[in-house]
Amino acid sequence: MSTIAALGALESGLVFALVAFGVFMTFRILEFPDLTVDGSFPLGAAVSAIMIVSGVNPWLATIAAFGAGMMAGVVTAWMNTKLGILNLLASILTMIALYSINLRIMGKPNVALLGETTVLTPTESWGMPYYWATPLAFSVVVLIMFFFLLKFLNSQPGLAMRATGANARMARAQGINTDRMIILGVAVSNGLVGLAGSLFAQSQGSADITMGVGVIVIGLASVIGGEAIITPKTMFLALVACVVGSILYRFAIALALNADFIGLKAQDLNLVTAVLVAFAIVAPKLKANLSARFSSSKKQ
Amino acid sequence: MISLDNIHVTFGEGTPLETRAVRGISLDIQEGEFVTVIGSNGSGKSTLLNTLSGETLPTSGKIQVGDQDVTKWSTAERAKLIARVFQDPLAGSCENLSIEENMALAWYRGKPKGFGSALNSSNREIFKKQLSRLGLGLENRLKDKMGLLSGGQRQAISLLMSSLQPAKILLLDEHTAALDPKTAAFVIDLTCQIIEENKLTSLMVTHSMQQALEVGTRTIMLHEGKIVFDVKGDERKGLTVVDLLDLFKKNQQGEELSDDSLLLG
Repeated sequence: MSTIAALGALESGLVFALVAFGVFMTFRILEFPDLTVDGSFPLGAAVSAIMIVSGVNPWLATIAAFGAGMMAGVVTAWMNTKLGILNLLASILTMIALYSINLRIMGKPNVALLGETTVLTPTESWGMPYYWATPLAFSVVVLIMFFFLLKFLNSQPGLAMRATGANARMARAQGINTDRMIILGVAVSNGLVGLAGSLFAQSQGSADITMGVGVIVIGLASVIGGEAIITPKTMFLALVACVVGSILYRFAIALALNADFIGLKAQDLNLVTAVLVAFAIVAPKLKANLSARFSSSKKQ
Repeated sequence: MISLDNIHVTFGEGTPLETRAVRGISLDIQEGEFVTVIGSNGSGKSTLLNTLSGETLPTSGKIQVGDQDVTKWSTAERAKLIARVFQDPLAGSCENLSIEENMALAWYRGKPKGFGSALNSSNREIFKKQLSRLGLGLENRLKDKMGLLSGGQRQAISLLMSSLQPAKILLLDEHTAALDPKTAAFVIDLTCQIIEENKLTSLMVTHSMQQALEVGTRTIMLHEGKIVFDVKGDERKGLTVVDLLDLFKKNQQGEELSDDSLLLG
């Protein structure tokens, strides 16, 4: 793999670390299987792209992407908690609706950002090639979000949110408004995903209606893969696992697609992803089985 | 202190599965009273407790705590007045959170939440001190996951958690039913200590008539969603399990209790 390809993998890995944070909050903290992300990722991209081409400050456009993602999350969580729609179904409904909304926002399936001033424009004056500067800038964003989330998850509302996912009945008995916690958690999760979508569009040079397909699977692959490598004993380790999982996933994909002897091509991306996710889910069980067998044979 | 006025709870109203779990219970509990509640399966004990905690809203009737009408309050809103220990040791705590995190949840019960760190050196000290009185060595395992503990240990911690904030009412739902006799006795002792120290008004549901008479200051028996008798004070002191059964049968006006064995346990 060339240096540019490796840095490209690192760059996407960092963007999708934000998605992994979001997926971690819903799937792991709240036990809320949320597929809204497939819609909120392109939503974030669409909102910031259309704002940037209309001449709005790119920073403002990026923050707006976060806000738009949060709103999408609120809709899903509201349908679940207030209307009583099954969480998975509620998220699928929002995801489907967002496809139309994203087309409405952009007015066409694709908005190009080439030559526009984006949040990455200042990195041109850092005196290094873009393939170094972009991952560097993104790692700063990931680091900021990492510490913000870590602080939140160990705070009183953060603890209340974790209790909501772990044991909702007990949480209510301790005076926690679980509906509010679900709405807040799913909103922040989708806000992060919207932010990721915005940054992805700005680094790739366009927002596209299809860019959300499979985002949830990549997010899950990152979370589960990360947990297979780093046991998430504390919130700190769990968040580290998200980042590590996301970056390693990108490298695994890049390796698989670049290794000529396997014969895989770019169109095999989703197949490789599905196989990797399945493997990451099974890996801990395989490890446990193997070590159990090994130790029992040692005793004999 | 607690006043229930003609409470009715009907599940699945108007359907073939309609169940009238509570059929007109009126009950006044004075401050500091410790009421034990007995009755066979399906008599409405748990529904009564759920109605008090807010998990089940009554079909009709009124619930007052102190001067406040709490009939329409949610469980979370009532948590600042009411603490609860569940029958299932797994239900009262989060197994994926550590001991100190579980206790922190109870520590902030009914308090406005700020964005500060949930755990700090001062509340950790309090948790340690509370845990050390159990004599189980748990004060050195603050960071262990709750899921690593036994049912008895988790139940004991749930009790401590219920006393971390000054609640007015403690609800105990057969909280020793899932424990072995020795651990159950330990948990009952701890219960009495905590109730006495914090001057709590308590309701304890139990399946054991023996236990219902041994602890507490007042005993009520439910049958088919109604209170069939209610004893306290001197009248209660001399009672034995056999008396209770007789009293129960007399109150049934000839109707035999279908399942004695459930009550004698």
